[in-house]
Amino acid sequence: MDDIPPYPPIDPTTFDLIVIGTGLPESIIAAASSTASKSVLHLDPNPFYGSHFSSLPLADLPSFLSSHSTSPSPPRSPSSDDPNEFSLLEFATRPLYSSIDISTFSPNLLDQHSRKFNLDVAGPRVFFCADKSIELLLRTGTNQYMEFKSVDATFVGDNKGNLWSVPDSRAAIFKDKSLGLVEKNKLMRFFKLVQGHLAGEQDIKISEEDLQSPFVDFLNKMGLPPKIKSFILYAIAMADYDQEDTGVCRDLLKTKDGIDQLALYNASIGRFQNASGAFLYPIYGQGELSQAFCRRAAVKGCLYVLRMPVTALLVDKDTGCYKGVRLASGQDIFSQKLILDPTFKVTLPSGSSPPLPLKEKLPFFSLKDDKGKIARGICITKTSLKPDISNFLVVYPPRSLFPEQVTSIRLLQIASNLAVCLPGMFVLYISALCNDDDQGKKLIHAVMNTLLTVPLDSESNAAVQSETAENGSAVQDETSESSSGGPSDSGEEKPTLLWSALYSQELTLGQVDFICSTPMPDGKLNYNDLIDTTFKIFQEIYPGEEFFPETSLENPEGDGDASPET
Amino acid sequence: MHGRPRKAPKPEDEAASSAKAQKLRALQTQFFTFHHNKIYTKEAVELSAKLLEINPESYTAWNYRKLAVEHYLNLPDCNPDSIKSVLDDELRVVENALRQNFKSYGAWHHRKWVLSKGHSSIDNELRLLDKFQKADSRNFHAWNYRRYVAESMKRSEQDELKYAEDMIYTNFSNYSAWHNRSVLLSALFEKKAGGFLLKEKVLPEEYEFIHQAIFTDPDDQSGWFYHLWLLDQTVTTDSPLLASSWPGHGSDVLLVGDRCYNGSAFSPFSALHSDSGSFPIVLYFNQPVGGVNSSTVTVECGFNKNEDLFWKPLSASNSQTARVWVAHLKVPSSDLHSTVEVSVGHSKGIISTRGFVYSHPSMFSFKVHVQPMERDSSQVSVAENISLREENFKVYGTQSEESIIDSFDQLIIKNGHETTASNWRFEALAKEIECFRELLSLVDCKIGKLTLARLLKAYDAMSYPFANKLVHSEEVLELYSDLMKLDPTHYQFYKDEHSIVLLQKVTSSKESLLQHCFQYKDSASSAICDPICLRLNNLSLSRMGAFEKLLWVQMLDLSHNELQSIEGLEAMQLLSCLSLRNNKLRSLTALEPLRKLKSLRILDISYNQIGDQSIDTTSSIGSRNSKMNQKLL
Repeated sequence: MDDIPPYPPIDPTTFDLIVIGTGLPESIIAAASSTASKSVLHLDPNPFYGSHFSSLPLADLPSFLSSHSTSPSPPRSPSSDDPNEFSLLEFATRPLYSSIDISTFSPNLLDQHSRKFNLDVAGPRVFFCADKSIELLLRTGTNQYMEFKSVDATFVGDNKGNLWSVPDSRAAIFKDKSLGLVEKNKLMRFFKLVQGHLAGEQDIKISEEDLQSPFVDFLNKMGLPPKIKSFILYAIAMADYDQEDTGVCRDLLKTKDGIDQLALYNASIGRFQNASGAFLYPIYGQGELSQAFCRRAAVKGCLYVLRMPVTALLVDKDTGCYKGVRLASGQDIFSQKLILDPTFKVTLPSGSSPPLPLKEKLPFFSLKDDKGKIARGICITKTSLKPDISNFLVVYPPRSLFPEQVTSIRLLQIASNLAVCLPGMFVLYISALCNDDDQGKKLIHAVMNTLLTVPLDSESNAAVQSETAENGSAVQDETSESSSGGPSDSGEEKPTLLWSALYSQELTLGQVDFICSTPMPDGKLNYNDLIDTTFKIFQEIYPGEEFFPETSLENPEGDGDASPET
Repeated sequence: MHGRPRKAPKPEDEAASSAKAQKLRALQTQFFTFHHNKIYTKEAVELSAKLLEINPESYTAWNYRKLAVEHYLNLPDCNPDSIKSVLDDELRVVENALRQNFKSYGAWHHRKWVLSKGHSSIDNELRLLDKFQKADSRNFHAWNYRRYVAESMKRSEQDELKYAEDMIYTNFSNYSAWHNRSVLLSALFEKKAGGFLLKEKVLPEEYEFIHQAIFTDPDDQSGWFYHLWLLDQTVTTDSPLLASSWPGHGSDVLLVGDRCYNGSAFSPFSALHSDSGSFPIVLYFNQPVGGVNSSTVTVECGFNKNEDLFWKPLSASNSQTARVWVAHLKVPSSDLHSTVEVSVGHSKGIISTRGFVYSHPSMFSFKVHVQPMERDSSQVSVAENISLREENFKVYGTQSEESIIDSFDQLIIKNGHETTASNWRFEALAKEIECFRELLSLVDCKIGKLTLARLLKAYDAMSYPFANKLVHSEEVLELYSDLMKLDPTHYQFYKDEHSIVLLQKVTSSKESLLQHCFQYKDSASSAICDPICLRLNNLSLSRMGAFEKLLWVQMLDLSHNELQSIEGLEAMQLLSCLSLRNNKLRSLTALEPLRKLKSLRILDISYNQIGDQSIDTTSSIGSRNSKMNQKLL
């Protein structure tokens, strides 16, 4: 950022909307606003699309993470005495990532091929075949910029390293070898009940009282055994917190929501003929999604400028109203509306409070309260965690790895056939909600220790090692116990870790911003919540406009030169 | 395709179909001209292809093409290359037709016909089939054709089994796949190929497999069908067995003229009134068999030559196979005490309808005592006077219980050799019973109840000769009663099953049987010996069964039941007196089995529904019966 190349001035200098950051929510808003015939300028300080939703080459990921982990350097030109009629409010970035650990166990191999990797910053993440994001892609025609492959299966993991397939369909229940006959019957009957309920069949309606009760209570009422309950809650409904411990559970699922999740999962299976599982993953990584919406926006006339940091907000001296932004190139650009990447914040001149009118006018949207953090891990291996299958999801339900584990840990293995890594390699994305960095590390390490062999002769930072040894106490108890009886321990060799990146990401906004900020990557497996929030933001800034009207599909632009500028 | 709702045609669809019809009519007219004039030019043949592409159901067009092919193959300048190109053309036409409708009988048949010419490579066929079966995995045409192809290719049953299994794993609601599995396994059982040598190894695994489907979705029928096949494989013994006979082994038969012998030491069960100078020997097998004759069954006695015996099948249809066979042994009219030995199956020739040979030779012997005829005019009309009124019956006395015990045991043939061989069958059934009890504890399911009833019944039947008690009959009866209430559509079926189980229960032990045995004592009659009447009245029976235990019965009261049929009654060759009063017999054809009862003298069919009217037919019984069977009275 210190080395800014000379910029050609942007023309025109006035827009309806300026969007800063090319993360998914910003890109969708840019595309939606352009479609609604607004003039939009979309800026990103990075040389790539996607911001915190991007997929990065291996070598670029650590620097991207660390650039967002420290407090920003003090503003370069603190010139509050601007000669214009504007006040300048300096931009700063909020640190988003913390306790970043990068470990390399095979430096040569990985360094030489860094660009062969497309690592998701906000993984693990997938599309449910029937979810809102797929609908949005299809409705907007954005799907033409992306290609998908199926994530073939979902497994539930245990502390012995076993991966149990999730019986998520009639055929899967039939085929499953780990379920007893009674369990199969109960599970299938439960699925039928849900299907009947959703289809509005008269005689199988779930009562309103049940719908409002906790989902876990309803499952108990249906007499489902613990194993199946766990499958449904954490591997199908994707609950984050231990649903049976109200003390720690922050997302107690209601039956109604649980059933909606089941419906989504059910509708996802078999929606696309060549997708055998419930999920899709884009070729070249999740970063493709933001980029696809940017292309969509560009086709509709949105102007793109990458590598363009923004230094300050221009505010009317008298009214305190937002006027525009000052770019790193020194150019001032004006617009009626502004959308900001969540990591930007505005530093107020010391001692002054924001002008009153501004404060009242702008803070219309704020993210939810304290949601803690999310711990993420990216691992690269040369062997699949499970033979014969390369792309799959693994869920570790709460307390499945160690007693203090109160959140689900999700792991997504993606193979080179999705063009995210070198041929023959596999990328594992792991995430878990946590209260703080230490807890997060422990969760991620627990999975790694269960599934992977971490070489000891690493040349990398010893932090990982000590970390592993330290928190191992709880985890190792379980694994040593299992090594005596666990069948999977004895036979196959665990995949060896080649490279890993562990980091925690903030889920919270420390202050209620008075500028419209988009949401950060959340802790969910899909994009549904993000799209909902994005839709609300769009409605706030353009209350009268339709969010991608249906007609937009009817005149799809065909020519290939409609690609985003850089 | 399955599970697709039918939609009302839109106007444009109707327009399209009428346009199609018009085109089709034009083509058809032209086609028939070619066909009738036997024109097989290239142009004419192409026209038929066009016709079939639009309408693959046109049988005439397929036949025309067959004629055309024959025509080309018989041309003098015919060479292997030209044959191949003609037949390849046919395969292409069939494929196009199937693309239009992959359930066209004519098209599949034509393809088979072309391949049977033997000039085309069959390897391509599996690839084609894979495509069709992927499009619709339940297309039974494709499955049929697949069996043909697999056989022609000599593809191993194991490979095909694997294919069927994969299809089942994709979607287990697939009758065709399960059916194919049963066909393949049957073939392997017959071949006794390695690993499939023993049913007892394969069937438990198959049960385990089908449980997965049935428990996952008890509402899906395909699994139940396969289970029924498995049950049949478990229960059916391959080779036929002799189930019972009359006279029984070790019994004494007392033949008297026209009246019972007084003060006899013999059981009334085996005293037989005969004035024809002969008595029947009845063989009751556990399944229909053929080939019973004087060389496969030998009867040795001092008074009759084996070669003179004529064995006759007793079945409703006049087929040469039956479960029951009868021969009449002539006896001299003088005093006689003689032993008769009957050997069944010592020389091969008795064979079941399923092609299995009777391989367990058995032998039984009995004694015959003949009392000389005593013509006594006062007794001649005793038969005509018999009236089955309540006051004429008295509970069969206990004084002769001893002899009854003997007689009862003699009713059953014990096939000892089956005990050891059947252990796995017992185990399989016991496991199934446990399994379906569990299923029923989870869900209320009609077919589950029916299956449990079938299993329990099969288990009892298998253990009966050794256990001497039908332990589950109460439970089975309850299940069928339940089903009658739950599933009124199939009421009659359950009712019939219920009747048969009830009869099996009644005949299963001497205690229960005795409760239905009465001595007939007509106050007006001076007969010295009171005949025994088996009274199975008021049991709401809708069908008769358990005949193997009832071969000895001479007097039978079936009044006040709900009988619609008396199928199987022909087995009761000793019947002389039968009451079918107050039943639901609807026609004279329902009485057909009575034709085969040569000893029947008295028949009451009053208060039935013959002619759709419930009328008292007692007065006209004589004339009715004489119309039906002159020999009856």
